[in-house]
Amino acid sequence: MTWWQRLWRRRQLEEQLEKELRFHLDQHTTDLIARGYDPEEARRQARLAFGGPEQVKEECRDARGTRWLEDLLQDFRYAVRTLRQRPGFAPVALLTLALGTGATTVMFTVVNGVLLKPLPYPEPNRLVTLDEQTEKVTSPIWGNLWAFAYPNFLDCKRESRSLDLAAWRYSGGTVSEHGEAEYVSGRQISSELFSVLGIPPSRGRAFLPEEDRRGAAPVIIVNYGLWQRLFAGSPGAVGRSLVLDEKPYTIVGITPPGFRFGGEEPSVFTPLGQDPSPNMQNRDRHPGINVLARLRPGVTLAEAQTELALIGRHLAAQYPESNAGRTFVAQPLRPDVGDVRSTLWLLLGAVSLVLLIACVNVASLLLARAVSRERELAMRVALGASRSRLVRQCLTESAVLGLSGGLLGVWLAAMGISPFVAFWPGSLPRAEEVGLDWHVLLFAIAVSLLSGLLFGLAPALRVPVRELEQVLRAGARTVAGTSRRLHSGFVISEIALAVVLLVSAGMLGRALLRLSALDPGFDFRNVLAARMALSTDVLANPAQIRAAWQDVLDHARRVPGVQSVATVDTVPMREGSNRVPYWTTPAVPPPSEQPLALANSVTPDYLKVMGIPLLKGRFFDDHDRLGNELVVVIDDVLAQRAFGGQDPIGKRLWLPDTGSPFSSGATGPDVVRVVGVVRHVRYWGLASDDQAQVRAQFYYPFAQVPDPLMRRWSELMSIAVRTSIPPLNVVEPLRRELRGATGGAPGDQALYEVRTMEQLVSASLARQRFLLLLFGIFAGLALLLACVGIYGVLAYLTGQRVPEFGVRMALGASAGDVLWLVLRQSLGMIFVGVGVGIAGALAAGRLLEHLVDGMRPAEPLTFAIMIPVLVVAALFASFLPARRASRVDPMSALRQE
Amino acid sequence: MTAAKSDLPQGTLDLLILKVVALGPVHGYAIAQRLQQVSRDVVQVPQGSLYPALHRLENRSLLAAEWKETETGRDAKFYRLTRKGRAQLETEAASWQRLTEAVGLILGMAEGGTQ
Repeated sequence: MTWWQRLWRRRQLEEQLEKELRFHLDQHTTDLIARGYDPEEARRQARLAFGGPEQVKEECRDARGTRWLEDLLQDFRYAVRTLRQRPGFAPVALLTLALGTGATTVMFTVVNGVLLKPLPYPEPNRLVTLDEQTEKVTSPIWGNLWAFAYPNFLDCKRESRSLDLAAWRYSGGTVSEHGEAEYVSGRQISSELFSVLGIPPSRGRAFLPEEDRRGAAPVIIVNYGLWQRLFAGSPGAVGRSLVLDEKPYTIVGITPPGFRFGGEEPSVFTPLGQDPSPNMQNRDRHPGINVLARLRPGVTLAEAQTELALIGRHLAAQYPESNAGRTFVAQPLRPDVGDVRSTLWLLLGAVSLVLLIACVNVASLLLARAVSRERELAMRVALGASRSRLVRQCLTESAVLGLSGGLLGVWLAAMGISPFVAFWPGSLPRAEEVGLDWHVLLFAIAVSLLSGLLFGLAPALRVPVRELEQVLRAGARTVAGTSRRLHSGFVISEIALAVVLLVSAGMLGRALLRLSALDPGFDFRNVLAARMALSTDVLANPAQIRAAWQDVLDHARRVPGVQSVATVDTVPMREGSNRVPYWTTPAVPPPSEQPLALANSVTPDYLKVMGIPLLKGRFFDDHDRLGNELVVVIDDVLAQRAFGGQDPIGKRLWLPDTGSPFSSGATGPDVVRVVGVVRHVRYWGLASDDQAQVRAQFYYPFAQVPDPLMRRWSELMSIAVRTSIPPLNVVEPLRRELRGATGGAPGDQALYEVRTMEQLVSASLARQRFLLLLFGIFAGLALLLACVGIYGVLAYLTGQRVPEFGVRMALGASAGDVLWLVLRQSLGMIFVGVGVGIAGALAAGRLLEHLVDGMRPAEPLTFAIMIPVLVVAALFASFLPARRASRVDPMSALRQE
Repeated sequence: MTAAKSDLPQGTLDLLILKVVALGPVHGYAIAQRLQQVSRDVVQVPQGSLYPALHRLENRSLLAAEWKETETGRDAKFYRLTRKGRAQLETEAASWQRLTEAVGLILGMAEGGTQ
């Protein structure tokens, strides 16, 4: 019989035990009678020989080995009963705990989904990403890692015995046949991608190897969402055609619903091998592809690394021109979650402080109760209960409290998660992974048990062992010194924790105020920016592209409400940047020492559209075109960095050919002349620009971009318009006007990623705003809990001191004296708490400074504002019990004793 | 309790019970009787303490129990030895034998020394 069977069949076992013992006694009695005893005497003798039946039964029960569980059940029932007896205490404690664990669970659920869960593919820990690696560091940002060249990928794929490789590249295009022309995101992929990921298309098939090369019939895989949108989920879609960038493709497969790749849901997939661009076949000056791979069964990452290094050496020997000093490295594939990581850990940290305050609160409530139960416990020790048994009982009680609080908290969390995720600024990466699962439940249970242990420990350790007599003899109203010290310890820690949260919230609030007041460097009101996908026929030839862009500008200008319009390749505060190295003399140093600047190609009206002030010289005009001198306009930051105090106008800059936007493959750096200086634009956002690695900026005329780069630049280009009416009102007219503005070529064009600059500026502070809001909520919660705690502790302590107050008043103390007596006690605790809290807040401030852009070290003013808030609230909480104490009637107080 | 009777050394009760049960299925009262007869009233076993020991052995699967009718027609709980119990009996009996021999040897030597 297993122990739980024994537990389950307890009643049956009890009956059998009774029956067995009765049989023994009866049998013995019968024997004795047979030996000639009279029946009464025989029964007595038998009982004597047997011993006390109850003790025997108890020992037999102990022998079952389930005693601890039975005790636990008993304690559990006792705990529930005592909690129900105190209708005031249980709801307050439960609510406090539920709020604490609930908030913590919500945060952990998000952390779990976003940071801890593995990638949504089978055996994700066998997936790796591959990069090319050069011996020397070549770029301050990427170090010595490079994107793969397509031919290198093909060689690695053929040679490798330890890895199954697949390649991919960002793409996208305008889908135009079914309904409105629409820009969709896509990926060019090698035929192995789906099998390497381990997720086959849910309908149709993946690409075949023979489709993954030039000249093969154009085929396409669409994702579930696009299939639903364009084909209403019709099963006949496989085999139909889809027009992407004017080219008809045959749909061969559909991805399963929710299929994500690189954190996104690309709508279309096309074979990488069909890419027509000639430089795709280069090992040098290639467009770059991403490679991922799955370790074959039984292969370790280290073995794969060794093999890749070997392949790298072979290729370096075979193609010394391009591959010398170049090898390949693999790293485990991890979800890309950007800077969300630090925000999440920060919030989890803040929320655990709230939970800690909740625990302290409940602990002080429980302690107050334990003190009043001290005599009961002493009595039970005197009657023979062991100390460990009583400690166990106390802990069972707090565990019951903790677990029920936790259960409520999980329920709160289950309700709170989706609003929280929806509320996240921008889009939370991997939001689809966020949800309650057994990790979260385990976490919640652990947190509730741990907090139960935490707040149950202090009362449990008060179980008396020595000097029982003294405890039993002492009056019910004596408060032991240790209890008072513990109580003030609780209040002090609550206040300290609340100070940390309040000051952090204050720091965030001040930072946000300061940041929103910053000048972004341009006038963001009434400006619209949108990416523009030109028609494919336009992109076929550079002259056509130039004509189309001119046509786009002309058409856009005609839209009512549009004041001025420009094209721009990287819009401030939006994702994407073009970092270009520069130098001020013809002797250009090696790449790792070249300073970087953000380069932006624009048309002449750009300053007018963005409202950027011109500080010196001139901006571009129509003379700055191909064939004339190459010119740039720099910002004041670059002017200061490159030329110090000198006048930059007329000076020259050398742009190394590796990164120059003017380079058309010629050797040697391009020389450009500075013709103007403009104000610095907070390109990286209001908060982040000061800390950005690359801040210097220069602009160059779009008209001077050479023909070979025209297509690539045009694929990235956006248009920006300044309007005289609310900018969102021109979106639809603009879309209609630009669809056919191709400069005479056939095909459709689409606007996408339409944003107002106001939205972008505001989004650049979204993280700070969001953190401030949550810290504000947490700090408010902390303040409230701390006040409840102070109120509870003082009410209890003053309640215990009523007879003392009675004596004092009988001896002539006034009501004011008693009031002051109580307030002084609480002031003492508040000031110690504030002192400890300030130390903690300074540490927390350092952490915030480190993790959140735009934070300044904690200023005295922040403390000066936030701490009085707390002190006033705490005094208010202690005023009520103090006033009650001062109204004690001395006579009745003394009679209580 | 008379002075001639001595308490059982720790742990020997289990061994004695196993030995008695090894002779065939038997109920608790009969075990007590047999222990008393065999030890000729030298060893005092408080009859009550027999039962916790029986239950402990049953929980450790050294004994198995079954409710059966006695000759007098009453239901009683009969214990019998399990395979595990028999193995345990053998090892414990052997180690007891070794112990008593060693103790006897030492005691004999000591007497020889005083003569």
